[in-house]
Amino acid sequence: MIDLMVNNRRVKGEPGEMLLSTLKRAGVHVPTLCHLEGLFPSGACRMCVVEVEGVSGLVPSCAYPVREGLTVFTHSTRAVQARKTIIELLLANHPDDCLYCNRNTHCDLQKLAADYNVRSRQYFGQRTSHNIDMSSPSIVRDPDKCILCGKCVRVCEEVQGVACIDFVGRGSKTTVGTAFEQGLNVSSCVNCGQCIMVCPTGALREHSHIKDVLAALDDPEKKVVVQHAPAISVTVGEELGLKPGTDAFGVLTAALRGMGFDRVFDTGFSADLTVIEEASELVHRIRNGGRLPMITSCSPGWVKFTEEFYPEFMGNISTCKSPQQMMGAIVKSYFAQQEGTEPANIYSVSIMPCVAKKFEASRPEMGSHGTPDVDAVLTTRELVQLLAMRGVDASKLRPERADTPFGDRSTAGKLFGATGGVMEAALRTAHFILTGEEWPKSRIQSLRGMAPRKEAQVKIGGTELGVVVVSGLMEARTLLEEIRQGRDDIHFIEVMTCPGGCIAGGGQPQHSDPEILKARMQALYAIDRDGDVRTAHSNRSVQRLYDEFLGEPLSPESHRLLHTHYVKRNVVL
Amino acid sequence: MTKDEKRHCCEGCWEFADPKCPDLVKCLLFRPRGVVDTMARERVDSRVNALKRVDVSTPVIYVGAGTCGLGAGAAGTLEAVQEWIRVTGTKAQVIQVGCIGLCAEEPLLDVQLPGKARLSLRHVTRDKVVGYLDSVFANEIPAKGALMQFSGEGLENWPSVPTWQEHPFFAPQERIVLKNCGLVDPESIGEYIARGGYQALATTLTNLTRTELCTQVEKSGLRGRGGGGFPTGKKWRFALDTPADQKFLVCNADEGDPGAFMDRAVIEGDPHRLLEGMAIAAYAIGASKAYVYIRAEYPLAIARLNEAIKQAHSFGLLGENILDSGFNLHIIIKQGAGAFVCGEETALIASIEGKRGMPRPRPPYPAVQGLFGKPTVINNVETLSNLPEMFTMGVEAFAAMGTATSKGSKVFALSGKVCNTGLVEVRMGTTVRKIVEEIGGGVPDNRAFKAVQIGGPSGGCIPASHLDTVIDYESLKEVGAMMGSGGLVVMDEDNCMVDVARFFMDFIQKESCGKCIPCREGTRRMLEILNAITQGRRSEKGFSALHRFQGILQLEQLAKVIQDTSLCGLGQSAPNPVLSTLRWFREEYEEHIFNRHCASRVCKELLEYTIDPDACTGCTLCARKCPTEAIMGAKKSPHYVIQERCIGCGSCLEVCRAGAVRAQ
Repeated sequence: MIDLMVNNRRVKGEPGEMLLSTLKRAGVHVPTLCHLEGLFPSGACRMCVVEVEGVSGLVPSCAYPVREGLTVFTHSTRAVQARKTIIELLLANHPDDCLYCNRNTHCDLQKLAADYNVRSRQYFGQRTSHNIDMSSPSIVRDPDKCILCGKCVRVCEEVQGVACIDFVGRGSKTTVGTAFEQGLNVSSCVNCGQCIMVCPTGALREHSHIKDVLAALDDPEKKVVVQHAPAISVTVGEELGLKPGTDAFGVLTAALRGMGFDRVFDTGFSADLTVIEEASELVHRIRNGGRLPMITSCSPGWVKFTEEFYPEFMGNISTCKSPQQMMGAIVKSYFAQQEGTEPANIYSVSIMPCVAKKFEASRPEMGSHGTPDVDAVLTTRELVQLLAMRGVDASKLRPERADTPFGDRSTAGKLFGATGGVMEAALRTAHFILTGEEWPKSRIQSLRGMAPRKEAQVKIGGTELGVVVVSGLMEARTLLEEIRQGRDDIHFIEVMTCPGGCIAGGGQPQHSDPEILKARMQALYAIDRDGDVRTAHSNRSVQRLYDEFLGEPLSPESHRLLHTHYVKRNVVL
Repeated sequence: MTKDEKRHCCEGCWEFADPKCPDLVKCLLFRPRGVVDTMARERVDSRVNALKRVDVSTPVIYVGAGTCGLGAGAAGTLEAVQEWIRVTGTKAQVIQVGCIGLCAEEPLLDVQLPGKARLSLRHVTRDKVVGYLDSVFANEIPAKGALMQFSGEGLENWPSVPTWQEHPFFAPQERIVLKNCGLVDPESIGEYIARGGYQALATTLTNLTRTELCTQVEKSGLRGRGGGGFPTGKKWRFALDTPADQKFLVCNADEGDPGAFMDRAVIEGDPHRLLEGMAIAAYAIGASKAYVYIRAEYPLAIARLNEAIKQAHSFGLLGENILDSGFNLHIIIKQGAGAFVCGEETALIASIEGKRGMPRPRPPYPAVQGLFGKPTVINNVETLSNLPEMFTMGVEAFAAMGTATSKGSKVFALSGKVCNTGLVEVRMGTTVRKIVEEIGGGVPDNRAFKAVQIGGPSGGCIPASHLDTVIDYESLKEVGAMMGSGGLVVMDEDNCMVDVARFFMDFIQKESCGKCIPCREGTRRMLEILNAITQGRRSEKGFSALHRFQGILQLEQLAKVIQDTSLCGLGQSAPNPVLSTLRWFREEYEEHIFNRHCASRVCKELLEYTIDPDACTGCTLCARKCPTEAIMGAKKSPHYVIQERCIGCGSCLEVCRAGAVRAQ
């Protein structure tokens, strides 16, 4: 332990850590706009500057290693004045349209300006102006609101290994842009939305589908069907005033129904369907010498990443559609049939923790006869907005059950919301397919938790399977490189685009407190622990779907509706 | 040396044949090595003397063809020289040398006739070549053409021509880094070796361990010449003490200050000095790979460096097992695209790594974790070029030069309102006055000296009252300037100091990498404030006057925050030109702000145009030319300017034949 003095108070620091971490632990709040936990400090925003005795300038606490005997003043007049000036400088180049901004009331810059009592415009000069990039189906970039903190650039490069955006230009003409400043839609962007998650202002946001959904709800001709992903119910509660980690499934169902959705389904149902198809495909590949390792396909960012960066691995990706798209396909076929209506009269909405799902829904493979299987995708953030617009008071709502036939799910399907969940669910079912017996243990502990990579050797019947779970595309890249180098002990890989899985997806509320993520994850594990139906293949509704409509897993009808193919993408890498 | 090692010389050791005598370099460096008979020794000595051109057997014509010389027309001079040789059938050798430093007198052409001192001629443009050469070869000094001569033992001097040592530009100088510049053929490693080159490397490799070498450099007191002034030996030791499988030496040749060109001149004029310095530094830290990060705008320097590296390889002075010491060094030239910020260490590293040149926070310092994550020492061209001579004279002698904290010499690029512009090297501790008035010859045309700007965009101005400040890292800082990389711009009464500050702020604002907020946004606002002060009297409306007054209050506040909080040296020093002009020339700012007047008449938009009624002939030309109909007056009677309409374009001043229009 290291002793240092902060604001005349003795504080303990840990060897090798930066001053900012010490201050945070000691309860001294020093603001920052560019800091990203776990990455090399960039030192760009200079908001975290503090005064250190014996050092002539102010030092950025995010990049200043603690030392024995340091004497630090975090809120001296000089430091506070410097921070305030920096905020004023940022505001001088920022549009004054907070009232119309999607980040109004929850913007980091706005909060800082309020905290530092900035009450008038200090500098009157030119403002940088750029065009908004609306080209991407998932992400909207508004460079005018960008304060160039560089977090999006670093997340894209260092966490996701995509690097589709970087700084362009010099001096006050600097901006963040794609290669050759083309639209995000033709860049190597995989639409994961992690950039949105770290953006302190309204410079990055999802391509909103709220208007389309409201229009559909108002259309009496349309049967509006909504599904929500496993990670939604354990997250949305936070925004409704519930404790992090609370499962708000029943309340959410009630709220959606109250808003006028004709049917409220659970993506957990189609997750079960995915598990059965995927486990069958895995068993098929193993038995018939198919391409291994097989890699999951439910994370659309990852799928696009492969199509761009590793097309030679496209054959390794399971041909199964994602749960969102399976639900979409079933709704517009089986469900339409059941309801006696044309698929075109059904408006299918999904609520996802993800912005890549918007891209996925727009893929031409994801529909039939020109009608998309999923018409609109809302993120968790858009859902919260919609609830507010419709005046839903969640505290007064009584939990309700989801609609049949696609409202039932096993807890295995629910596990999809966290990294490792798909793997665990698939292994349970693969075990049943291969041995005819249920998986003996209640959980596979080594595949749980937030670690970017989790590996296990599992024995199913007589077969020894090597399985790997990765989340975050940089980790996926590392794994693929290992395989390229000749690693051959893996049979099945789960890849989640976002670090931690869907509970940390790019469509989730924009606060990245790791404790909250853990609470969401624990909520999913608790649901699995306490559930009655814990395997996908024992979901009665899914069984009935096969009996009445699909036949059996991997049947021609399954292939037509539930499987897809991939295309190599020529983008600037 | 054992008897077995002795060997007889053949004739061909200097013929650069392949394979050449394996002992050639050592023979020269550790004379007499392998040379047993006096005849052979004499032969080598005479070859060395020939390379040094103590005397010449055939006439030699030197043309100063550095970038500065070429800019003054040296390419034409060279062509004319060759033409003259062809036409007259004269037997003479033509050598292109680098810049000797006296740029004001370029193009320079030297002639060395057998038995006579080398005579230096000035302003030898293409048209003067024939006349000058005709007279020199006829043993006559061309009128007005002679600049100086390089006398030597046994050589006949030209009458009434000052020697090099007597010339006022060179007399006060002390040349360590520039020792060979302009004197030797930069494309000949032989000439460099003959003048004692690579001896420092050889003795260092033979006699000193890495630790001892670092200690020696620490003892010498050598500090970084690139701007910061960090003790070189200390930097080396950090890298030496960091264990790693690979270490790098990087030579920072990303010379970007407006008005600084010494690195270019050193590389163009004496590239082997830099290579030798690099080899010594690389050996000290244990680096087997070194980079020269040089801007692509220096094509001649790059070509010279490439050639020098090739030659050094063929002499075994680079590459594997240098001089049998077991030390390997490969030098890679990395061309930069010319971003000013890439002179900053961490940005430079990023640029070499192929990334965008943006600084990152330190620690970790490059000496611990630098290029490709490995310990890296980054030294400036001038710092490295000090090393060969420093070891030749001995570190004690070097440490004895200069002031308490600044040792050795410093090269300055002297430019601006001074008679002798060029490259000068002076002992630390020399006064600025001596550089400006003696070496520089003072301000031309009897105009009044106003200030000298030292250190470029990171530096500041020194006013006349502080001209006796000595060249020393600390004392320059005290007066608000900075050693910087050594740009030294002299200004006279015609320079507006607010405009000077505006110029540098404009530069910095454009060259900021855009990463940290205070530098990116702060310099932009400072520039806008300075623009408001120096421009726009007439277009000023409503709030803009208020903002101008508010601006002056904000300038100092912004400057303080930018200094205090910026990420790298570029930002931290960005406000210096403003702060130093505010400190010494505050009244000029006030005159601009309150009186809207620029005494040096640089800020054109502040000029007020009037017509002298006594001088005006009433020709109506100005009124007809005025684009805004701001000039009124009847034919043949005095005209007058309606100030509210005037946009200050100055066309009336241009067209007036009676000289009646006044701009003030």
